[in-house]
Amino acid sequence: MLQIVCTLLVFMVIIFPIGKYVYHITTHKKTFADPLFDRIDNGIYKILKIDTSNMGWKKYALSLLLFNACLVFVGYLILRIQSIGIFNPNGIEGMEASLSYNTIISFMTNTNLQHYSGESGLSYLSQMFVIIMMMFTSAATGYAACVAMVRGILGKRMGNFYCDVTRITTRFLIPMAFIVGLFLVSQGVPQNLSPNITLTTIEGKLQDIASGPIAALESIKHLGTNGGGFLGANSSTPLENPTVLSNIAELYSMMFLPAACVFTFGHMVYDKYQERKAKKLDTTASKEFDKPSSKVWLGKEGRTIFAAMSILFVIGLALCFFSESQGNSAVASAGITQTIGNMEGKEVRFGVAQSSLFTTVTTSFTTGTVNNMHDTLTPLGGLVPLLHMMLNVVFGGVGVGLMNMLIYAIIGVFICGLMIGRTPEYLGKKIEGKEMKLAALCIIIHPLLILGFSALAVSVQAGLDGITNPGFHGLTQVLYEFTSSAANNGSGFEGLADNTVFWNVTCGLVMFLGRYLSIIIQLAIAGSLFNKIDVNESIGTLKTNTWTFAIILVFVVYIFAALTFLPALALGPISEGLTLGL
Amino acid sequence: MKKFLRHFRLAFLFAIAMFVICGFIYPMVLTGVSQVVFPSQSNGSLVEVDGKAVGSEIVGQDFTDERLFHCRPSAYNYNTYTQEQKDSGEYAGLSSGSNNYAPSNPALKERLDEDIEKFLEENPTVSKEDIPSDIITASGSGLDPHISVEAAKVQMDRVAKNTGLSQEQLEKMIEENTSGKFLGIFGEETVNVLKLNLMVAQEIDMI
Repeated sequence: MLQIVCTLLVFMVIIFPIGKYVYHITTHKKTFADPLFDRIDNGIYKILKIDTSNMGWKKYALSLLLFNACLVFVGYLILRIQSIGIFNPNGIEGMEASLSYNTIISFMTNTNLQHYSGESGLSYLSQMFVIIMMMFTSAATGYAACVAMVRGILGKRMGNFYCDVTRITTRFLIPMAFIVGLFLVSQGVPQNLSPNITLTTIEGKLQDIASGPIAALESIKHLGTNGGGFLGANSSTPLENPTVLSNIAELYSMMFLPAACVFTFGHMVYDKYQERKAKKLDTTASKEFDKPSSKVWLGKEGRTIFAAMSILFVIGLALCFFSESQGNSAVASAGITQTIGNMEGKEVRFGVAQSSLFTTVTTSFTTGTVNNMHDTLTPLGGLVPLLHMMLNVVFGGVGVGLMNMLIYAIIGVFICGLMIGRTPEYLGKKIEGKEMKLAALCIIIHPLLILGFSALAVSVQAGLDGITNPGFHGLTQVLYEFTSSAANNGSGFEGLADNTVFWNVTCGLVMFLGRYLSIIIQLAIAGSLFNKIDVNESIGTLKTNTWTFAIILVFVVYIFAALTFLPALALGPISEGLTLGL
Repeated sequence: MKKFLRHFRLAFLFAIAMFVICGFIYPMVLTGVSQVVFPSQSNGSLVEVDGKAVGSEIVGQDFTDERLFHCRPSAYNYNTYTQEQKDSGEYAGLSSGSNNYAPSNPALKERLDEDIEKFLEENPTVSKEDIPSDIITASGSGLDPHISVEAAKVQMDRVAKNTGLSQEQLEKMIEENTSGKFLGIFGEETVNVLKLNLMVAQEIDMI
């Protein structure tokens, strides 16, 4: 318990400078590292002849889609021909077509759902050129979409897609990945290009130990909230995550960018209000200029969003930790006294505390990396990761979490507006029919994909064949797989036998639609708000920078989740929990 | 159309640039630096006896010798195998993971009962209530190098009887191979089984 609190407190301290740094990158403000990075970025723009002028939302979205399409195309080719002799010391074969399709969609959409096992499925060439590369680019894509949306909502020009991707990659992702990677190596994560090791143990048996560029993948896997492991069992393996320090480093890495996006948002809103205030003062020639407070931590609008996300996070974490601490009912019924909680599927070095924290973080920040097996969680412990992926707004993946939360904020002001009889406004923009229709569409896609495809899977034999745990838990396995796909999370109830054509194709579709439909709609909302004239704040304006609104936001999120997902949850984890006496 | 092609060309070139920067330059530089700065860790933290690798410090092993401490159950036997098992295909190659049995799955109960029975057979002085839960549950990775301090102590009787070492000697060895919590707060107390066994093996001239 104490270590969970301490881990989160330390994070709250270090996120401030990082959030500020990302805000400076986003808004092209000065940072200490500019002399170096300006040169690199300008070099890239020059060689590729990139025009760095502003784009409209359509051009921005088009560039995003085209760029992703090119990556998918080349990446798919590499997976298919990975058996060639370059960077393939372990003699891995080429990947089968439906699995390659699933894999490439999975990594491009920042999902990182894996229907293969890294040890036997990928050569080092694929691990580096496809997996590591896509971990950078999918994160940068999500970030770019997010900042473009924020700019649009604030009535700023949307910026340039290539600029945004280049800046976040060279100025944040690569340097951080390098530092974190080196730290992970110091803890024991391998980083080499040698073949797997075979050795003879002191009992005279043989043992194989995995090798490869593991640390390089590990660091960006978390920084970009990707989550696909180098090895089958992901961050639970000691080769990917050998110590409690490496565990905390990985935890922090996945929390950095999603939290920093909220900071960036808060600061940008604050800037806008300052500008408006300054303008107003100019025109009315007011006598005193009320000084902006010397230090802006988060900005009030950012604080609301951050608070709402944090409340959702802490509730989930508490439930997961409590439930796991109670122990595993099967172990109890076998007559074993459990003093350290449910250890099935968990590592001794992490215990219940670091494991439940990791589980909650990985599904809240939609990374999808696991340091314990989610399939073996207690029913309510397993409910939390499932629920957080269904909400998909508890910080969320790089960029997209904030985008989803802003949609909920728009819906929140709309609902409140109806209740008090005012025209809903958010951040000085009127929310009207068009935005509401798009927002509603955006909210509907997620449950439609999850529940629709789950229903399909349990009604055809090909889907039922994948289920490996009997009873209610079997349904949870199916539900979890599609929730993870739609939320672009990528963790799994790994017992599911999912490397079949049915699962590869359906999950691929869900990941694709879940990612791009939402991003396009969200950019469209931003584009529509961008064209609106700012309305002046009046006495009737619903304030969105208060704690009250943060609480409203939490309720809106929970109510929407309950309305859509409660029946499915009741049939899965809740029923399982009730039959086991919770 | 021409405009679209221009967009496409730029997107393609940008994609290739990303392949080179993120997919090649970054992992290569990290490999180079790690090999120089942390040569042991970056190559798998191998433990050597007489110049030959006998295991990795961070990977558990499927110890079965009665004179040694045993690890937790593993769905993949810690990727440990004999030549016959490899030839017969019983060992299917490098893997990691767990059985993924849900608490409600009867198969979990079965596996637990089997492992508990086996443990009690091997350690006849231990009663069922004293078995720590980590030694009969499978880890998530199937490669867990650690057991809890209690799980090491509960095996002491057996190891003492089969090696002739005294309880005090073993207790000291366990203590020496225990790592505490980081700063007394983070993580759990763990015993590294391979290192502990190497110490035992050295003491009884097994290696």
